[in-house]
Amino acid sequence: MRGPPAIESAHAGLLGSGSHASMTAPLTIAHLTKRYGDQAVVDDIDLTIAAGQCHGLLGPNGAGKTTTLRLALGLIEADAGDIRLLGQAMPAGARAARARVGVVPQVDSLDPDFTVRENLLTYGRYFGLDRAEVEVRVPDLLDFAGLAGKGDASVASLSGGMKRRLTLARALINDPDLVILDEPTTGLDPQARHLVWQGLRRLIGKGKTLLLTTHFMDEAERLCDRISIIDRGRIIVEGSPRELIRAHIEPQVVEVYGDALADWRVCALDLCQRCEQVGETLFCYTTDPEPVIAELDRHPTLRYLHRPANLEDVFLKLTGRDLRD
Amino acid sequence: MNWFPVWQRNFLVWKKLAAPSILGNLADPLLYMLGLGYGLGQFLGKVEGVPYLHFLAAGSLAYSVMNSATFETLYSAFSRMHVQKTWDAILNTPLSLTDVLVGEWLWAATKSLLSGLAILAVIWGLGLYADFALTLWLLPVIVLTGLCFAGLGLMVNSVAPNYDFFMYYFSLAITPMVLLSGVFYPTDALPDWLAGLATALPLTHAIDLARPLILGQLPTLPLLHGAVLLAYGGAGFAAGLALTRRRLLR
Repeated sequence: MRGPPAIESAHAGLLGSGSHASMTAPLTIAHLTKRYGDQAVVDDIDLTIAAGQCHGLLGPNGAGKTTTLRLALGLIEADAGDIRLLGQAMPAGARAARARVGVVPQVDSLDPDFTVRENLLTYGRYFGLDRAEVEVRVPDLLDFAGLAGKGDASVASLSGGMKRRLTLARALINDPDLVILDEPTTGLDPQARHLVWQGLRRLIGKGKTLLLTTHFMDEAERLCDRISIIDRGRIIVEGSPRELIRAHIEPQVVEVYGDALADWRVCALDLCQRCEQVGETLFCYTTDPEPVIAELDRHPTLRYLHRPANLEDVFLKLTGRDLRD
Repeated sequence: MNWFPVWQRNFLVWKKLAAPSILGNLADPLLYMLGLGYGLGQFLGKVEGVPYLHFLAAGSLAYSVMNSATFETLYSAFSRMHVQKTWDAILNTPLSLTDVLVGEWLWAATKSLLSGLAILAVIWGLGLYADFALTLWLLPVIVLTGLCFAGLGLMVNSVAPNYDFFMYYFSLAITPMVLLSGVFYPTDALPDWLAGLATALPLTHAIDLARPLILGQLPTLPLLHGAVLLAYGGAGFAAGLALTRRRLLR
């Protein structure tokens, strides 16, 4: 039952910052539905994002994550349901609400013709901030993004990770109460992902509310206080990462690979609570991995990996292993 | 004035690349005007009672303004909308799609005003006009013409799947219009049915305003011509806004 200690302490730290719980929720969504033709892309969703928390929206491709975000921002109109973003009914109050929101979109939308600093100044003007106001903020934002000294660099000269961090800094230009991030680390290498996570943790530490979508379960597990798993337009479960793992999956996993897998599978069923074969891999879910491992040690042709269960296991159990396009 | 930061963004990018941009705006219509004006003018003598170069000046001015507004709202706006996702980025701020498109519309009109001014400077410099005071009325004509073709360009942009699509607009709308609207020769020279068709084209109305002003006369129906340009521009913009909304915000 030992979880990785780093994650445990990270969550203890986040739970400690519960002072915002009494504030009004920055985003509440009730009975939200959006149809394209006959298909309900968002199907009667209820969602409340608590102030000061990092809330993750997880789901396979096409689950309705981005559509939910676009609805919340008042960019598209719902077919049914209510959205309140920072006290404003959406989309009617979109202008006022978006003035206090920062958005990190999925696709890079930095201005390639501008320098790093000019990108921030230009974006600030869209919020009605004057140059002096933004100039004051720029050094802090560059620092935050790990781009100190890069103010006059052209955007084209930045690496993918730097561009992402600049996009994050850009989203903070208006000192938003809520930051919405659509797959903030997709396409980044591990070093760059860790830098983005660091930035997001600092935002959480400052009491900002974060709403992020992601494919990466480890990302959600590391960052999020609360997670909603969304599939086919519906929220299928919601809770903290640890609650979800505890409620939906056995705590230990042994993954087994090898040619002799088919024969071995028969005895594995007696040794663990649940077995699932996907392609060439057998996943054994169990509360006590010792008997499985002892048995595996007698079969040297089989390779195995023993690990604690994680959010990905929950996710795959709940949304299935089929490919989504 | 919510559109202003959008206009300003485009202006600041343009400023960085202003020199080649101005050169490009100026060189093409200027070469046409001077090359055809002096070269072809030798053979033509007078057209409608004036040297051909003077006759061609109004056509070159209108053509240049149209081209500038069209290129800006086709290729440049498409880059911002589709390739760089600049519009998407702006839509995440308090600004609305209407703010974005009004900013783009007015920016394209501004850029075409600069093109028009460049040609006008040449017209003034070479003395290709009859009455200087009347040529000042060309300024509102340039603005109206710019708004007209910028509005139409935004409509074309809103339905374009890629850059290649714009060739249709040039081949099927812009080029025939240039040949029919009296840029190079009076529309009277056309067969009746083509001349009739020409009266429906916006460029004809721009030239019907600009040519008399350069040749020292008042346009015969200034309000009608102005209204036609505004109607085309306004309708193009409205259609462009509605279609872009369907494209980006659904």
